[in-house]
Amino acid sequence: MIINHPLLGPRDSSEFVYLGDACLINRPDWQADDALDQFIEYGHTRDNPAGLHRELWYHEQGDRSWLVVTRNTVTHEITQVELARDVARAEGRSK
Amino acid sequence: MRYSGFRVIKEALTGHRGWGPAWRDPDPKPDYDYVIIGGGGHGLATAYYLAKEYKQARIAVLEKSWIGGGNVGRNTTIVRSNYLLDGNEPFYEFSLKLWEGLEQDLNYNAMMSQRGIINLMHSDAQRDAYIRRGNAMILNGADAQLLDQKQVLEKYPFLNVKNARFPVMGGLLQARAGTARHDAVAWGYARAADQRGVDIIQNCEVTGFRIEGGKILGVETSRGYIGAKKVGACVAGSSSKVMAYAGMRLPIESHVLQAFVSEGLKPVLPGVITFGAGHFYCSQSDKGGLVFGGNIDGYNSYAQRGNLPMVEDVMEEAIAMFPMLGRARLLRSWGGIMDMSMDGTPIIDKTHIDGLYFNGGWCYGGFKATPASGFVYAHLLATDTPHHTATAFRLDRFHTGHMVDEKGMGNQPNLH
Repeated sequence: MIINHPLLGPRDSSEFVYLGDACLINRPDWQADDALDQFIEYGHTRDNPAGLHRELWYHEQGDRSWLVVTRNTVTHEITQVELARDVARAEGRSK
Repeated sequence: MRYSGFRVIKEALTGHRGWGPAWRDPDPKPDYDYVIIGGGGHGLATAYYLAKEYKQARIAVLEKSWIGGGNVGRNTTIVRSNYLLDGNEPFYEFSLKLWEGLEQDLNYNAMMSQRGIINLMHSDAQRDAYIRRGNAMILNGADAQLLDQKQVLEKYPFLNVKNARFPVMGGLLQARAGTARHDAVAWGYARAADQRGVDIIQNCEVTGFRIEGGKILGVETSRGYIGAKKVGACVAGSSSKVMAYAGMRLPIESHVLQAFVSEGLKPVLPGVITFGAGHFYCSQSDKGGLVFGGNIDGYNSYAQRGNLPMVEDVMEEAIAMFPMLGRARLLRSWGGIMDMSMDGTPIIDKTHIDGLYFNGGWCYGGFKATPASGFVYAHLLATDTPHHTATAFRLDRFHTGHMVDEKGMGNQPNLH
């Protein structure tokens, strides 16, 4: 698989480390009343779709940026690559 | 029809006209007492033990394509019970005991061969870990033996034991472990279940559940609605997809695991051997091909095929262990979809929906578990209580904190 890095251009996926579903960006609020349940969900359950999947990849053998890659889990086709920082900020996070 | 040596001779002398199909091809009935979703090894074994041990009738196994076409036909055929943790080892040892009597029980040649497995050790720390694991195995009624370098070399004289980075210091041997013909396991269970009245319905994909008031009524399928008192999902690889029809999100990611076979070679490997400094396991089939595999590719996938970086990684491990294989050619590679659970351990449990049960999350370990998985799942379906060897495989263990993390990797499925 080739990941088209938004800053560095096309890079082989073997340069990256895979973390998992991009929902991991949205860490629950630890002060919420149901924080325990939210963290159990956050830590352990996944949608795991057959089809388009937004996921976190870390460019360990490169510029050490976190990316959000949109990839089809049935065909391995990658359709979108964004900097995780941009995705998190667009969702209202400070960094 | 019973299979026997006499029967083979008789058929050979009469032109093989007496063999019939090994199982029927029935149309689905309007309703059943038990519907098992998934005609793989585990689903067929579940149906078989439900019929045999728990005397249940009116059972159907629904398979979306043909039986045995998923992971039971894609694994590296290894059968063993060399686990450490109390939640796991009694279950896998129960499974190995069932393997030992499987062929007589099913009247089917599953080519069960107890040729032994050796996990190689490459450091002092690993020796300590293997001694601990071996002791845990023995305490749970399994067999284990610690080998030093000389004893390993007696069995595998060509091993590169003097590798500067990963010298082979010895190994942990489980002599009762071995290999079994994976397809024959599915076929054997299918035939034996069919003989006990189980309807095996192929080309019948489940497309939804009918649930009312928190109770299961039946399943919607590509061949129409089928009513059921109890429904057991047994679809590792597609668990998230199927259980989503019941509105469930699971602690599971689907990952692709590749396996490989070399061209046929003269007998070189007497048993199963694993590389302790990486993740590599290898045995030789009766046809002569070396059957081996390594890690999962490491990203969510439903593709049933992997990518080249992992192929390269596995080959490097093979050559590090057996430099003499440098000229052997790879014949085939293929991929299967693993249910990678959050702690590396399977789930066999009821769900919050009355009459709906779940069996999945098998990670790499599904094939060796086939008989016990079927047995304990049948026990759960029939009695609504977990079998005593499978009490740790609960769905709610991530909420209660009772994870069974054999490898100690935490909730990172691609590291288990």
